[in-house]
Amino acid sequence: MSSATALSAEQAPSGERSPDFHVGHHWDSADSQFEAGRMGVWLFLVTEILFFGGLFCAFFVFRSWYFDSFVEAHSHLDWHMGAVNTVVLIFSSLTMALAVRSAQTNNKARTVQMLVVTLVCAAIFLVVKYFEYSHKIHDGLLPGGLFHATGFVTDHPQMFFSVYFMMTGVHGLHVVIGMGLMLWILIRANRGEFSQRYYAPVEGVGLYWHLVDLVWIYLFPLLYLVG
Amino acid sequence: MSNPPNIPPITEDGFWLPAQASTIAAETDHTWWVTYWMSIFFFFLVIVPMIYFAIVHKRKSETEKTSPIDHSMKIEIAWTVLPTGLLLWLFALGVTGYANSQVAPDNSYEIKVTAQMFSWSFQYPDGTVSGELTVPKGRPVKLVMSSQDVIHSFFVAEFRVKQDVVPGLYTTLWFEANKTMETALQCTEYCGEKHSNMLTKVTVLEPKDFQTWIDNGGTMEKMPPVEWGAKLYASRGCANCHSVDGTRVQGPTFKGFWTKGSEKLTDGSTVKIDENYVRQSILEPATQIVEGYPNVMSAYAGQLRDEDIDALIAWLKTQN
Amino acid sequence: MSRSITAEEVSQIPQSGGTNYINAEQGVWSWLTTVDHKRIALMYLVSTLIAFLMGGFFALLLRFELLHPGKDLLDAKGYNQAFTLHGAVMVFLFVIPSTPAVLGNFLLPIMLGAKDVAFPKLNLLSLYLYWTGALFTLSSLVTSGLDTGWTFYVPFSTAVSDTSVIAVTFGVFILGFSSILTGLNFIVTVHKLRAPGITWYRLPLFCWGIYATSLVQVLATPVLAITLLLLIFEKVAQIGIFNPKLGGDPVLYQHFFWFYSHPAVYIMILPGMAIISDVIAVHSHRRIFGYKAIAFSSVAIALIGFLVWGHHMFTSGQSELASAIFSFLTFFVAIPSGIKVFNWTSTMWRGSIAWNTPMFYGMSFLFLFTIGGLTGLFLGTLNVDLHLHDTYFVVAHFHYVMMGGSVIAFLAGLFHWWPKMTGRMYNDSLGKLSCVIVFIGFNMTFFTQFFLGSRGMPRRYYTYLDQFQPLHAFSTYGSWVLGLGLILGLVTLLASLKSGARAPSNPWGAKSLEWETQSPPITENFKRTPLVTHGPYDYDTTEDK
Repeated sequence: MSSATALSAEQAPSGERSPDFHVGHHWDSADSQFEAGRMGVWLFLVTEILFFGGLFCAFFVFRSWYFDSFVEAHSHLDWHMGAVNTVVLIFSSLTMALAVRSAQTNNKARTVQMLVVTLVCAAIFLVVKYFEYSHKIHDGLLPGGLFHATGFVTDHPQMFFSVYFMMTGVHGLHVVIGMGLMLWILIRANRGEFSQRYYAPVEGVGLYWHLVDLVWIYLFPLLYLVG
Repeated sequence: MSNPPNIPPITEDGFWLPAQASTIAAETDHTWWVTYWMSIFFFFLVIVPMIYFAIVHKRKSETEKTSPIDHSMKIEIAWTVLPTGLLLWLFALGVTGYANSQVAPDNSYEIKVTAQMFSWSFQYPDGTVSGELTVPKGRPVKLVMSSQDVIHSFFVAEFRVKQDVVPGLYTTLWFEANKTMETALQCTEYCGEKHSNMLTKVTVLEPKDFQTWIDNGGTMEKMPPVEWGAKLYASRGCANCHSVDGTRVQGPTFKGFWTKGSEKLTDGSTVKIDENYVRQSILEPATQIVEGYPNVMSAYAGQLRDEDIDALIAWLKTQN
Repeated sequence: MSRSITAEEVSQIPQSGGTNYINAEQGVWSWLTTVDHKRIALMYLVSTLIAFLMGGFFALLLRFELLHPGKDLLDAKGYNQAFTLHGAVMVFLFVIPSTPAVLGNFLLPIMLGAKDVAFPKLNLLSLYLYWTGALFTLSSLVTSGLDTGWTFYVPFSTAVSDTSVIAVTFGVFILGFSSILTGLNFIVTVHKLRAPGITWYRLPLFCWGIYATSLVQVLATPVLAITLLLLIFEKVAQIGIFNPKLGGDPVLYQHFFWFYSHPAVYIMILPGMAIISDVIAVHSHRRIFGYKAIAFSSVAIALIGFLVWGHHMFTSGQSELASAIFSFLTFFVAIPSGIKVFNWTSTMWRGSIAWNTPMFYGMSFLFLFTIGGLTGLFLGTLNVDLHLHDTYFVVAHFHYVMMGGSVIAFLAGLFHWWPKMTGRMYNDSLGKLSCVIVFIGFNMTFFTQFFLGSRGMPRRYYTYLDQFQPLHAFSTYGSWVLGLGLILGLVTLLASLKSGARAPSNPWGAKSLEWETQSPPITENFKRTPLVTHGPYDYDTTEDK
């Protein structure tokens, strides 16, 4: 992990002058600011883990109470679409990591490219989700009191769909927020704001995106696969 | 909105606690007093020195020096270990008393309890249903409780028992009353507008008297139907929503009810006011809502015997 | 013959005029776009005090209604709204934010020798989130209000209440983010912005307390967020996870809710304890007794506090084993608090006790928090709790710890740091008088409620059995005395802004870093980063030459 030690602008490997970035007046060095920023991002991710943790808790509780309903209900999820989304997200984590690496190595063009690819992957994820959701809505496979599908033999399939929609919905919201963050970073990268000396925001967004991916990696098997 | 009528006060015994009227009350109170004296001890242990130091060491000059002593391993360990020991003892007292209070004896007399906004209903093994809780002295009573709507809580202070009454779930509570008395049952989980009105009478009778009460369908002296109907009106929650003086509460007033002849319903139809209409409105109110009124009445199916409905009809006929 | 002036005396000279963080920039816009932690702290101060007055109004209203059984002023629905809004406003808009956002924001960087918190813009965002959350929450006052109790128990709040449940819970959801970001900011600040020489063991205990609080804010509040989100979706989309008619469980809601709300009470008390450590040490001019014990106790309380939530649910229908475990752990969380109380009292031993307003409030804290903590023992003891749960005993207990504890400590802190924050000295006699009146009024109001509870008076009751009327009336009279004392305190502070003497940089002769800046500080806090070579309680002792 390279640190953002200050090289003088003229020594930037790409030959371009490295852009200046703002170091807060309360920091004694750019390094301190960067480390603090990183710590802040990690703390924020901890809060996200606890936030999703509540939902996972609800999932496990209801699964233990209505095991048969969950087994029957989950077979109505299209695991192929879920698998596609899983591959897309994992791939997007790769491209995100490459974006961070590119920023670290002063490769502005590659940074922008990788961010665009990541954004596209996120969009694909949402499109697939859209198809999944509309299918469910069409079939009446809705949460709780809105559930009106027929042909189920177990008692509480609607509870599965309550948990399914809450978990994937909150996750989907985080994907949308991630896209917004990526767009912001993309614009800044395009303006040439990032370099070997300063790439903290790219890394921060990257870390957020990896968490979003990680949550899905747990979500997918639990909701779609485990029978 | 004042309290429902006929609710006896809680009998007090000394400054802090109500009278003891159940077999576990003594144990609970013993634990209470242990906690109480422990608290008094620790309170004075802290406050007396605090006041003493504030007076004796009151500042005399801005530059006067103070003690350098800022720790003492021995003392700090002592005031960690000793309180821990005391608290573990307190925990043990609490958990033993709790265990005793949670497991009903095998020969318990079971009463089914239904809580709803804002009344209680007690169903006895023989089918008698009452809006008040009457129990025999000297016999363990087990309550099997559930709610029709939101969370309520069963609390009788002199028995030292409490248990939430939850919808979709059965909770249980047992006690053995050991003196004849009358007291109040108070709902103790906020349940809405009339939460503080959700009280009913608790009566403990000698076993002989209790048998008489049960045989009479839930009353000591068999009452004439009109009187019985009036009692049901007051004690089974009807009075919370139906006035007898013409005021509009949640539901239509009963003033002049029987002489109205007919009633217009929300579905546009008109229905004749007769015994069948009354019976249907009590057992399944949602099927016949009077125009202009909300569909909020709880169903009383399973909570009133036929004799009870007859009594209510008899009483309604007297409402002019 | 004149003598040379001592350093001590220099520090007592009031700053005359000069630039400070208040007058450095003019205009409302400069305040609304500031990133100066001190300005942000002041804006939080005004906001939380307004919230306190609002919550206090609801309290006086509901206490007035309780003078007699039946209607005095409000009907049952109105009363239910009054107690709900009192709780919600006090908890979410006042007690939880106040000490961290006001005193934490103002003092933490200065005590660390820093120029600001780690993320100043995030700090401003926290303030805006507070205002937004407050707006949503208070919008209920002009729509349908709220009558669910501040705990929003289901199914009442989801299936029955026709009040503005969604607006308020959404407001609280947003307030949660304000709290999380403040905590996050403080954690990073303590780790990354300490001036040279400030080791962890040279931190004022105020910083340890704020740090421990921040840990809880960051770890617990997200669970509240998801709980409220689930509640909102229960109402809006019938997801049914708390609805027994659809297969859900209302008790599950309680687990979710209390998993946050128990640690939340530590968010409320830890900052108060943090203040008291400093106030008592400073106004005893003495080294604090048991520095490490107090520091570690704060962290212990923060962590153990996550394990005891079920003690709010002993009668809920949870299993007996769960209740037993929660009771057991509850006694363990009491121990570190007890240790602190012993340490604070010992700090007064052979100290030099100033009889001034901060110390009066500090001693009031010791008195009232001790009672609050001890009465918690009654509630943690299983069989006794069966009698006391959901009665006025609980109401009295939590007012002793939250008000007699957190709020009194906040006042102690305000009176202690007021000269630093505003550059003004207040009238100390009036300040002490306010403390005495508050103390008397508080005990009148709330000690009475222990009797009400143990005698069987349930809480959240609009009307009640006649036998409870005398005690209720006495409690209500107490609330008037309490209100009077608080108003007097507020007036004392406000009056100082107009006519108070200018404050020297170190009016109390204290030793921590904030007293080495001017009163009020300059925007950058320090002209040069300080180098710290002594601890924060390094008073001259009888052993010094």
